[in-house]
Amino acid sequence: MSVPTRAVAPPAPTIWRLLPAGSYAGRARMMMLRSLTASRHTWLAFVSGFFEPVFYLLAMGTGLGSLVGDLPGPDGQPISYAAFIAPGLLAASAMNGAVFDSTYNVFFKLHYARLYDSMLATPLGPVDVALGEIGWALLRGGLYSAAFLSVMAGFGLIDSPWALLALPAALVIAFAFAAIGMAATSFMRSWQDFDLVTLAVLPMFLFATTFYPLSVYPRWLQLVVECLPLYHAVELMRRLTTGAVGLGLLPHLAYFVVMIAVGVAVAARRLGTLLLR
Amino acid sequence: MSDALVQARGLRKSFGEVEAVRGIDVDVARGEVFGFLGPNGAGKSSTMRMIACVSPRSGGTLSVLGMDPGPDGPRIRARIGVVPQLDNLDAELSVRENLEIYGRYFGLPRRHVRAKADELLEFARLTERAGDRVEELSGGMKRRLTIARSLVNDPELLLLDEPTTGLDPQARHLLWDRLYRLKREGVTQIVTTHYMDEAEQLCDRLVVMDGGVVAAEGSPAELIGRYSTREVLELRFLPERRPSAGELGRHADRVEELPDRFLLYTADGERTLGDVAAAGFVPLSSLVRRSSLEDVFLRLTGRTLVD
Ligand SMILES: Nc1ncnc2c1ncn2[C@@H]1O[C@H](COP(=O)(O)OP(=O)(O)OP(=O)(O)O)[C@@H](O)[C@H]1O
Ligand SMILES: [Mg+2]
Repeated sequence: MSVPTRAVAPPAPTIWRLLPAGSYAGRARMMMLRSLTASRHTWLAFVSGFFEPVFYLLAMGTGLGSLVGDLPGPDGQPISYAAFIAPGLLAASAMNGAVFDSTYNVFFKLHYARLYDSMLATPLGPVDVALGEIGWALLRGGLYSAAFLSVMAGFGLIDSPWALLALPAALVIAFAFAAIGMAATSFMRSWQDFDLVTLAVLPMFLFATTFYPLSVYPRWLQLVVECLPLYHAVELMRRLTTGAVGLGLLPHLAYFVVMIAVGVAVAARRLGTLLLR
Repeated sequence: MSDALVQARGLRKSFGEVEAVRGIDVDVARGEVFGFLGPNGAGKSSTMRMIACVSPRSGGTLSVLGMDPGPDGPRIRARIGVVPQLDNLDAELSVRENLEIYGRYFGLPRRHVRAKADELLEFARLTERAGDRVEELSGGMKRRLTIARSLVNDPELLLLDEPTTGLDPQARHLLWDRLYRLKREGVTQIVTTHYMDEAEQLCDRLVVMDGGVVAAEGSPAELIGRYSTREVLELRFLPERRPSAGELGRHADRVEELPDRFLLYTADGERTLGDVAAAGFVPLSSLVRRSSLEDVFLRLTGRTLVD
């Protein structure tokens, strides 16, 4: 045996005192390190995540776009169909990636791989696990978003330097969906329950103004769509990439801040009760 | 301050209606190897998980390393090593990565875990397999890796839940040897097992658990002295020539009737065999052996441990 080096858990930062005692060791990044190490073995799945929105952009933006022509942008100025849907696809891919990572992947690790059990035998707590998984989903989503933004720039679909902020916005959006996804997953009991996830995500992708403006709906349907998280994500993105920036962004941001707070709180608590039996 | 590393008083655990642990008192002193022996469902793993601070207790008091697992869970877990009953290795990582990343969960620096992994791979005799995925290992190799992983933080207290299940005899003896060396270095150990020889080999002291309570406590020799005789005579009969337990009981201190044989508890097995033969009972086969913890268990619970 080597010299005894004792690992000592650091005292938790003040803000986390609000959480149940012992649920956070401040080492969520070690979980991200774990995911990064694991992804080196599954790099193909990692890379394929980048192509999905690009394919949509090519098929719909250029293909369909040649039939559709221009659409009014957020500030009323006409923009090409590709420039209209690209920010929508960016928002949707942030959502899809985060939801996939935080539902299917987390459910598997939770109930089949017993991965989190082994982690909770170390100083890590459920909050480290939740934040670590969400953090990884964000890192991955961030890379995809950056790549997609470069593709948009390459196609000349970016009108404004504000578009640089689309990257942090994508992270906020992904964080919110990952947090809610993880909270939802903690209540799921079998794979059948994932049909509900598809049922929530797919219609949002199709109908929450990704592919056409809100004005096509009658007023009552507009009100419904305005409640959906993806609608706010698409609005945020579209305003940033077209440069229609103003105070109008704030309500959309606030929507995601609330989602994040609720999602993290519920996920951490539920993971604790699921794992620490 | 007492020298007890683990102290439980009236410790209880229930899962809804099921009472897995029903008020046990346990003291584990620094440096000793302590055993939990008991049949399936006795509550061994439930107790181990409470000590490992991954399962909140339902009642009673528990202190581990002088701290309360409730609020101090992370601080306690930083200083213990855990081998769970079922391996939970990280299937997405290689053998070496399993050790290194696990060490990082303890906040150990990269350089340290790298050196530690070399040492532990050697210990688990998996150096050649370091780059393989965990799924490619055999069951016994996975077990060895789980045990190696539990040592990554140089724990003061090691919790081993059926550590040698699935190991071949050679690996088992190697592990016993390694655990003995850890003991000499002052590492306190708590072991659960179904194997009598393992308990007798490893444990300074043990408790026999049954139905969530402690049925007896002591060193292996004490328990055998207290609950059994020096020798045991095992007799098998043809079904049609099988005497009753009462008939055999006249010749021994105590008789246990098992489906396939009788166990006669006596100070001198050979003499009892002579007495039985003289009384006209002709066994198909006979065996005289020393009493073991198996007999203690049978005496205490009326059941065999491994059935
Ligand atoms: N997570 C759980 N949920 C519900 N019941 C449980 C749970 N874990 C254990 N039990 C119950 O608690 C009792 C004790 O189980 P435990 O695993 O502690 O036994 P054990 O002594 O380790 O047995 P074995 O030798 O089979 O490993 C059993 O009746 C079991 O069904
Ligand atoms: Mg068990």
